[in-house]
Amino acid sequence: MDGLFLQILNGLDKGGAYALIALGLTLVFGTLGVVNFAHGALFMLGAFCAVALQRIFATSYQAVSETKKDFLGNPLKEDVPYIQDWFGPDVAAFLMDWSVPMSILLAVPVMALIGVIMERGLIKHFYNRPHADQILVTFGLAIVVQEIIKHYFGANPIPQPAPDIVAGAANVGAWVGLGENVVYPWWRLVYFGFSAAVIFGVFAFLQFTNFGMVVRAGMQDREMVSMLGINIQRRFTIVFGLAAVVAGVAGAMYTPTLPPDYHIGMDFLVLSFVVVVVGGMGSLGGAVLAGFLLGVLQSFASMNEVKSILPGIDQIIVYLIAVIVLLTLPRGLLGRKGVMEE
Amino acid sequence: MLATAEKTADDESREFQRGTPNSVLHIDDVHKSFSGLHALSDVDLEVLEGETHAIIGPNGAGKSTLLNVCVGRLKPDRGAVVFDGEVLTGKQPHEINQLGVARVFQTPEVFPDLTVLENIMVPALSKRDGHFRVNPFKDFEREASLRDEAVATAESVGLQAQLTAQASSMSRGDKRRLELAMGLIQHPRLLLLDEPTAGMARHDTNATIDLLKKIKEGGMTKVIIEHDMHVVFSLADRISVLAGGRIIAQGTPDEVKNDPKVKEAYLGEEQV
Amino acid sequence: MGNTQSRNDLLLLAGIAGFTLLAPWLLAPIGAAYPDLLQKFCIFGIFAIGFNILFGLTGYLSFGHAVFIGVGSYVSVWCFKLLTMNIIPAVALSVLMAGLFAAAIGYVSLRRSGIYFSILTLAFAQMSYNLAYSVLTPITNGETGLQVRAIRTNAELSLRDGDVRVIDQALGIQEVGVPITNLFGMKMSGYPGFYFCAVLLIICFYLAQRLTRSNFGVMLKAIKSNQNRLNYTGIHTRPYLIAAFVISGMYAGLAGSLMAVTDPIAGAERMQWTASGEVVLMTILGGVGTLVGPVLGAGLIKFAEQKVSSWNEGILNSFFSFLPESLQHFVVDVVSLFVGEGWHLTLGLMFMVIVIFLPGGLMEGFRRIMARFQKKPDETVAPDGAQQAAE
Repeated sequence: MDGLFLQILNGLDKGGAYALIALGLTLVFGTLGVVNFAHGALFMLGAFCAVALQRIFATSYQAVSETKKDFLGNPLKEDVPYIQDWFGPDVAAFLMDWSVPMSILLAVPVMALIGVIMERGLIKHFYNRPHADQILVTFGLAIVVQEIIKHYFGANPIPQPAPDIVAGAANVGAWVGLGENVVYPWWRLVYFGFSAAVIFGVFAFLQFTNFGMVVRAGMQDREMVSMLGINIQRRFTIVFGLAAVVAGVAGAMYTPTLPPDYHIGMDFLVLSFVVVVVGGMGSLGGAVLAGFLLGVLQSFASMNEVKSILPGIDQIIVYLIAVIVLLTLPRGLLGRKGVMEE
Repeated sequence: MLATAEKTADDESREFQRGTPNSVLHIDDVHKSFSGLHALSDVDLEVLEGETHAIIGPNGAGKSTLLNVCVGRLKPDRGAVVFDGEVLTGKQPHEINQLGVARVFQTPEVFPDLTVLENIMVPALSKRDGHFRVNPFKDFEREASLRDEAVATAESVGLQAQLTAQASSMSRGDKRRLELAMGLIQHPRLLLLDEPTAGMARHDTNATIDLLKKIKEGGMTKVIIEHDMHVVFSLADRISVLAGGRIIAQGTPDEVKNDPKVKEAYLGEEQV
Repeated sequence: MGNTQSRNDLLLLAGIAGFTLLAPWLLAPIGAAYPDLLQKFCIFGIFAIGFNILFGLTGYLSFGHAVFIGVGSYVSVWCFKLLTMNIIPAVALSVLMAGLFAAAIGYVSLRRSGIYFSILTLAFAQMSYNLAYSVLTPITNGETGLQVRAIRTNAELSLRDGDVRVIDQALGIQEVGVPITNLFGMKMSGYPGFYFCAVLLIICFYLAQRLTRSNFGVMLKAIKSNQNRLNYTGIHTRPYLIAAFVISGMYAGLAGSLMAVTDPIAGAERMQWTASGEVVLMTILGGVGTLVGPVLGAGLIKFAEQKVSSWNEGILNSFFSFLPESLQHFVVDVVSLFVGEGWHLTLGLMFMVIVIFLPGGLMEGFRRIMARFQKKPDETVAPDGAQQAAE
């Protein structure tokens, strides 16, 4: 029972990441009609926003230490971060500690800009090209982006600290009456809460704003919306920017759980596509549902009890579910009729 | 009219009304509704060997639905379509075609990336080789007899000058003629034509009428859905009038022309 | 018309055959004439030709074709271990097994089309890849990779490794050290290995050519063009698609087998989805749906990979030494982004440039150039002639 509960928790934060990426993919697909294989790269870029912010905070100059001396008694040179000079040691320590949550502030404008540039510069020209072309060109873009990141940040994963206050494990078991031995990392709980909040925010935005209404109408019937004379082009750009921001913050916040490297995006992309297809192309609710569902199922499959019965199941569960869903429910869990059907 | 016995779709042991001995297509008590809207109800129709049977009716009368039921694109809620003693209902489109039912589409559905000649040869191959045959060493270029036949068919619809053109580069009217050729080359026992002259100029319409008349002499059974009354009265042996998903009149062109119910249905729609 | 086409086809085949067999001399000036690379040209050429039979003719974009490469490699290495170092059984069994795998995967995946098909094939590929690294380790030897070892004096140990080579033993073939793959005694490394691959490439090209020109090929093109219409024409399209999928899977299996023939080791990284992506790139770079295009694309990418990834700053510095020094540093800095380790960046850019500017690939580019040249002498014949030349 404890184990089961833990696995559900385990699945939720991963599922949150899947859901956030799948949400953006679905938004882009549903409105722009573009299959974006570079969406994983956006997640990765978001993660590297966090890395970059930490690097910026850590940028330092060498100064002669006033207190420390080396063994010969000469004053020691030490690295002093600029922020320490500017804001004082307390604020600097705080900034370093909270660099990951604060990277969201960096990720939002950066990702929005990247998203808009990508849409204006490339995606726009592929609205009316075959899906195969869209897949291929965005696949190429994903390779380019990740190679550039690799060039500047290296090939190795770069660990990012979570803030001290949420560094330990939460005694989740005690909260729900399961005993003291069910503990769970705080940060992953935070991530789950964060992803839920972002998902909620996106849905509220689509539900209650004028802009969101047009986007939803566009997902229902693209031709009709453009016939109404609404400037759909500008909205497409904004939707793409929004999707990029969602993927980016999802990536930034995920860094303490999984140290990012340049191909983290590709790893997540393949899974997220499976999530989108399972949820139903073009269905936002389906993407979120399938994201959490597959996340939880994946963590169940990696339980030792399950693995001993079905060896290797943890490696393939997501894909297996995708195959089964696609063959029995052609439109995915919540897919609508007429989307991507020949 | 033929009497039809009381039938339900789930009564599997029932005998279908096979109709008179020379009946080719028998539409038997077909119902079809789309989310509560009755597109077809109680449709009974008999198409006789060798005749040209026109189905007319105002817009939204259910003509296209009926045709789609015949070729297996739609499954009726109740009733059955019987072709030459075989129940078509529930069969796949390719099986229905292999039985000898060919369809000419209203909006041209050709193979845009293939040449005109290839477009015509594909249905011919399907007729000769069945629904699936892999023989990677049968050279397409050397299908001399099929090619000759395809060229002849292309000539009969007036496409002889464009044999090597890509279908995507053709005008809409030419595509429609190509459609017709693709149907004709299969020598189907039953040819279903969905508005074969829609969008054609008067000159082309007359040419198509002449062509269809010629085939009629060859004995092919045809069902035509058509808006253009000129075409209908030039070609049809018998006419069924569909309105509101029901057959409201049936008979020879003269009988239909003078039927008061038909006039009522068409009031304000078209001149009969 | 039929005659000119078959004559053109024969000329094309002769051209390909001549070029392939003379490649060790023809490619010497560009520094590509060493057996290792030449073998790669042939192997990936076969892979791309096969992939094109599916993607080029039917339009179904598979993102999991590398699975069959993996199957071919593993089956071959197991043949070397269990049966004989003679490559004939290994190649034959690999192609057969890849065909069976393709039939199974194709049967399921081809129930869907469009992007769903792509995702299904990707799902199968990822499953195979993950399994090869986990529960299938006894068969695949996990991350170490499966390789041929010498038969040990201790029979039990040999049996545990799987290196028994029953046929070779029965025939009394002596082994000294780790055995080398052979074709009835002819060693399959270096140039003999290349010529074996080259002959197979020519055969594969010929078969693909015949297939494209056959009734079957026309049906596949009709599927790409308008599958729905084909159903109403009385054709059951799914068996055609499965047949095309199996054939292209067998080509991939052969390519995987040849990788093992020229270098008897098999690893799961050959099945990764990036490997599937690579063959897509080869095909579109050369020209989707053309016969020569995929071979050309495969050759170019393997050549570029070999060359570009081997360049380092030293080479660049000497190459740009004619520039003034400050400019030289700058140019070298920029270019070094794209070479050596940065080869993948170049690859990704190539991918984008081709899809954006030349969706028909290089063959389309040639055709346009040819059409421009031929336009003047005879305007009506030119496009048709160029089309055939391009194919």
